[in-house]
Amino acid sequence: MGIEHDTLVAISKSWGLFYLIALAIAATAYALWPSNAKRFEHAKNSILDDDDKPLK
Amino acid sequence: MPQRADAAALSYRDCVSAKIKCLRYYRQQKKRVSRDRVSLLFMGDNDMISQLTSTERQYALVILVLMSLCGLVMAAGGRGDPLGVHGFVVLAFSVGLAFVLISGFYAPQPDPEQQTQYYDDPTKVGIALTMAWAVFGMFFGVWVASLLAWPDLTFDQAWSSFGRMRPVHTTGVIFGFGGNALIATSFHVLQRTSRARLSDQLSPWFVLFGFNLFCVLAVSGYFMGITQSKEYAEPEWYADIWLVIVWIVYFAIYLRTLARRKEPHIYVANWYYMAFILVVAVLHIVNNLAVPISFGSAKSYSLFSGVQDAMTQWWYGHNAVAFFLTAGFLGMMYYYLPKHAGRPIYSYRLSIISFWGITFFYMWAGSHHLHYTALPQWVQTLGMSFSAMLLVPSWASAGNALATLNGAWHKVRDDATLRFMMVAAVFYGIATFEGSFMAMRPVNALSHYTDWTVGHVHAGTLGWNSMIVFGAFYALVPWLWKRESMYSPKLVEVHFWLALAGAVVYVFAMWNSGIIQGLMWRTYTENGVLAYSFLDSVEAMHPYYIARAFGGLLFLTGTIICSYNIWMTVRAGKALATDNDAEGDIPVFARNAVQAGE
Ligand code: HEM
Ligand SMILES: [Fe+2]
Repeated sequence: MGIEHDTLVAISKSWGLFYLIALAIAATAYALWPSNAKRFEHAKNSILDDDDKPLK
Repeated sequence: MPQRADAAALSYRDCVSAKIKCLRYYRQQKKRVSRDRVSLLFMGDNDMISQLTSTERQYALVILVLMSLCGLVMAAGGRGDPLGVHGFVVLAFSVGLAFVLISGFYAPQPDPEQQTQYYDDPTKVGIALTMAWAVFGMFFGVWVASLLAWPDLTFDQAWSSFGRMRPVHTTGVIFGFGGNALIATSFHVLQRTSRARLSDQLSPWFVLFGFNLFCVLAVSGYFMGITQSKEYAEPEWYADIWLVIVWIVYFAIYLRTLARRKEPHIYVANWYYMAFILVVAVLHIVNNLAVPISFGSAKSYSLFSGVQDAMTQWWYGHNAVAFFLTAGFLGMMYYYLPKHAGRPIYSYRLSIISFWGITFFYMWAGSHHLHYTALPQWVQTLGMSFSAMLLVPSWASAGNALATLNGAWHKVRDDATLRFMMVAAVFYGIATFEGSFMAMRPVNALSHYTDWTVGHVHAGTLGWNSMIVFGAFYALVPWLWKRESMYSPKLVEVHFWLALAGAVVYVFAMWNSGIIQGLMWRTYTENGVLAYSFLDSVEAMHPYYIARAFGGLLFLTGTIICSYNIWMTVRAGKALATDNDAEGDIPVFARNAVQAGE
């Protein structure tokens, strides 16, 4: 195997760290993005709708 | 007076023929009624097979014939090996289903009108299978628990030894009970939140029965001594390949139905269900990479070895907890809890953030199962750090659920169904807090290999997984079968207290036992030798093992009551007062107060 232990540690300490930070930022931004607020509001309320039939 | 005689004769003949007609009609009715009774559980009043189009019936038959052939090949190729026995199991399963199919093969075509309704038959059968596996799996749980207290209960049989019955229990409850509950509810939630009917009618059946075949192969294999020796991944290579096929079809149903959705946004519950399906596929494939010793043998060897095998296994094992026992069940919670409470989820944004948190943190936490092993220290530390971070999205989910109920505590008090869901959220919070704590290396030094782990597991599985399933089912069953409420709200109440008492007794017994065990193993005398022998610690466990078996018995009793209540709701529940079935598809949630326990 070409991958050494140190290489893996280096990758996880650099790329691993940045990719998780990037991911956290992306997820938070998506959740808080103002223009998404309306669809989220709709989604959370529409499941309470009692009409139990597929929409045409 | 020939006329009169004639008339008399005629009327006599009429009478007889009318009587015959009458009898025939009566007999037909009787037959119909008894057939309805059998099919009642699954289909309500219409036949499950007559809902399939004739093309679907033909495809189903082709699939079953192919499966039977596979069974035959396995039986022939595996002669003299347990694989051969499994060949016959596959054959019997497929031929059995084929008989059911053929019995309704020439039934009239379904009404095209049904396309304008949701397709819930697989969910109904899934609910029945879930409860059957629950009783089966928990029964074996009580048995293995009793074995630890009274070892003679194996009755000197190989199949009833602890090593075989334990995986029967874990597979029975995790895959049989949990898996069927996930499949059944996911089809229901997917359609309701997409406002679209399932993409087709055949593949849900394939997934449901295919998955149950996997479970049957797994459990029957353990009794015969077949195992891969990987926890929660015991089934051998052929069963694993079969599950991959089933799982791909499952994911395809999700994608195809979502593609037909009428809601612009995909409701968060579906994200959790999809993460469950997708990640379990990845885990399952990687962890089960193995080479069979021959195609005629059940035995295989893992592609990995040594500590790499251990790491792969616990990356799988931990994420099985995360994605099988957590993500999918969170999907259940994010739908049925707000729906049944009649209140939208407290924070939709938080549910999204915790989704991504859970998905990405869990992936890296598996090495906390391998503290103080040959695994490099930094990998252990990685697992430890991610386990600590996991607490944040986990508590965000539990808190989100409880905050949703905030302001509706009177409903929680009155309605045992909602109480099941609330208690589930609380136990989810407890289990994840405990998990993060136990993942710390110094804590794990005390807890590892002890009953503390078992206590933690059952806070999760009894307190969280089972409770959320029971809550969801008590909400779902009257809805699907169009009943006013459960057959007996009182029994729901009884079940709730049995389940809660059982879980609490179980968890406390194991916490005590585990910590005593851990402490006894690390107590030294002044001379620097161990104060207790291993056997001393085993003896100290005895009372706790009895308490645990008792807690499990309470829990099992509750589950049996639940099955009875569901059965009676389907059979004899009071139908919803609606003028017509076409319009009768109205959930009872709006009036869930009716279900209150008293
Ligand atoms: C933040 C979340 C969680 C973390 C960090 C966590 C961590 C842990 C740790 C450290 C162990 C003990 C490993 C050992 O010493 O052998 C463990 C075992 C286990 N946990 Fe959790 N846990 C969490 C949540 C859950 C939940 C919610 C469930 C169930 C629904 C669960 C089910 C299990 C199971 C089945 C085992 C036993 C594994 C075995 O067979 O050894 N965990 N968990
Ligand atoms: Fe874990």
